[in-house]
Amino acid sequence: MNRMSFFVPLAIFIVIISVGFVGFRLGDRDVLPSPLIGKPFPGFSAPRLEREDVLVDQSVLTGRPLLVNVWATWCPTCKAEHAFLETLKQREGLEIVGIVYKDDPAAAQRWLDLYGDPYSFNLQDRDGRLGVELGVYGAPESFLLDAAGNIVYKRVGDVNERVWAEELAPRLQQMQSTHREAAGS
Amino acid sequence: MSRLILCVILFANAAFLHAASTVEVHEFNDPAMEARYYGLIDELRCPKCQNTNLAGSDAPIARDLRATVYRLLVEEQQTDTQIRDYLVARYGDFVLYDPPFNAGTAALWLLPLLALLIGFWRIWGFTSKQSAVELTAEERSRLAAIASQDRR
Repeated sequence: MNRMSFFVPLAIFIVIISVGFVGFRLGDRDVLPSPLIGKPFPGFSAPRLEREDVLVDQSVLTGRPLLVNVWATWCPTCKAEHAFLETLKQREGLEIVGIVYKDDPAAAQRWLDLYGDPYSFNLQDRDGRLGVELGVYGAPESFLLDAAGNIVYKRVGDVNERVWAEELAPRLQQMQSTHREAAGS
Repeated sequence: MSRLILCVILFANAAFLHAASTVEVHEFNDPAMEARYYGLIDELRCPKCQNTNLAGSDAPIARDLRATVYRLLVEEQQTDTQIRDYLVARYGDFVLYDPPFNAGTAALWLLPLLALLIGFWRIWGFTSKQSAVELTAEERSRLAAIASQDRR
């Protein structure tokens, strides 16, 4: 027998261990890639939180880039990200639209009165049907939309300073530059 | 004896609680439809959980997706393929336990095949080397002597 073949099992073992070592550290395996990226925001008809008798559809989300934030009062991470949404609105002037996901409208309104309201307006999704259309599986989730109403980016989990700097800001900048080019030509 | 009874009661309780917590009641008029419903929630994966199907998950999203499957199946009369496609269009391939072949999954599909080929190659190499070793007449008589000694 070849003496080197003695080390073959060890080599295979090392390969398996390193693949596992790299693989299990790669990214967040709880975050699923969304098939909705690059597609228009799904069609819907939903009551507003502020005025229940007014039904709005997807056309209210077009015309300017904005962040659609899916939240609920029963969701602890939503509370954690709430203050940063206020910062985004104040500091960066980003428009944020809320979707109150599977929650009681009165409780949602109380929350906004208590902790501040960073949203231009809120939509209600009491039974989670719009959530299913959006592929939501855990609040909070946020969708960055361009002016045409296409989903450019999706964040599962809280939006924070890092997500703003690495994911949202560069995409918004790119939107602005393509918009300027289109206007200039 | 009383301990045994206690055990039985506890197990029965656990089973009852489990059934009560995960399975909500959906009405079916058609047993074939019911079978398709249970087939679908059995094969589709809960997106919130790493490795639980829709049927076995307690997560609120699994409950919502079971209701969605019921709605598409019973109210909208969609086919199984349409229902699978509906969920894949919103939640991605993750909801199927069967990943499609593409650039991202090529390694997943091809590595086992490669391992199998390497295995065959090794076995082939091993057996062909073995047949190449012929015993001489002297060796053969020694082997027979050892074997007969062993038998005694």
